[in-house]
Amino acid sequence: MIIISLLFFMTATAISMLWLRDLFAVVMLSGIYSLFAAVIYMVMDAVDVAFTEAAVGAGISTVLMLGTLALTKSKEKVHKKIAYGPLALVLITGGILVYGTLDMPHYGDANAPIHSHVASRYIEKSGLEVGVPNIVTSVLASYRGYDTLGETAVVFTAAIGVLVIIGRRKKKRKKTGAVNDGGDIA
Amino acid sequence: MMFAAAALGVLVAMALAMFRAFAGPTVFDRILAVNTAGTLTVVLISVYGFLSERPEFLDIALLYALINFIGTVAVTKFVQFQGLGYPVGDHEDGDI
Repeated sequence: MIIISLLFFMTATAISMLWLRDLFAVVMLSGIYSLFAAVIYMVMDAVDVAFTEAAVGAGISTVLMLGTLALTKSKEKVHKKIAYGPLALVLITGGILVYGTLDMPHYGDANAPIHSHVASRYIEKSGLEVGVPNIVTSVLASYRGYDTLGETAVVFTAAIGVLVIIGRRKKKRKKTGAVNDGGDIA
Repeated sequence: MMFAAAALGVLVAMALAMFRAFAGPTVFDRILAVNTAGTLTVVLISVYGFLSERPEFLDIALLYALINFIGTVAVTKFVQFQGLGYPVGDHEDGDI
């Protein structure tokens, strides 16, 4: 009941974001969208994912998008023609994704592979094999160690990229132009 | 039963706030609608916690309230100053 009405709200938000031309309103609506998504994750018992969605989607993304709006225009260009190629691409991709969900086990299914495959081994033997009392820690740090290493490398690369882009100092001008060094904020 | 009725009421209020966010002619209508939707989300999470007999969800609702607050501060600052950073004049690192 709650999930259905939240999904309805999310659909309405997405359609309204498509119609609006005022980009400030679109940023606001995308914040609401992420908040609803976070509540759905939470109702489905994925509290950690919900945290991430709320902090990144509703919090930081909104702030970053507002920063972008401050540097660019806040009105969307109106395109009169309908672009059929991208529309077909979106529909096909969406259809493939929906088709992919048909094979997935139902929500809360006790016979799903994630419950029957390796979980019992983690629960029974991880204390002996890894030696860490917390099962989640041993799964993340040992059984899926390479996965975690890759994730860390990706996050590290992203942080370096951001630092390279925004952390660069302004080049000092030559002394003749130093008087005109006022702060020009966009 | 009582919590279910409360959740229903929160959902109805959320629909009204969403309508204001879609239709709202001015910027301030939208800001207020987004803030209201965030607050209603916090209430919905709390009510859902009691509805499913897991009152621990109250902590999560508190965190959502904090995130909502930061977002609203950023938005109002954007509207007031047309940007998120203050001009810092002759600082050599620019606006960061």
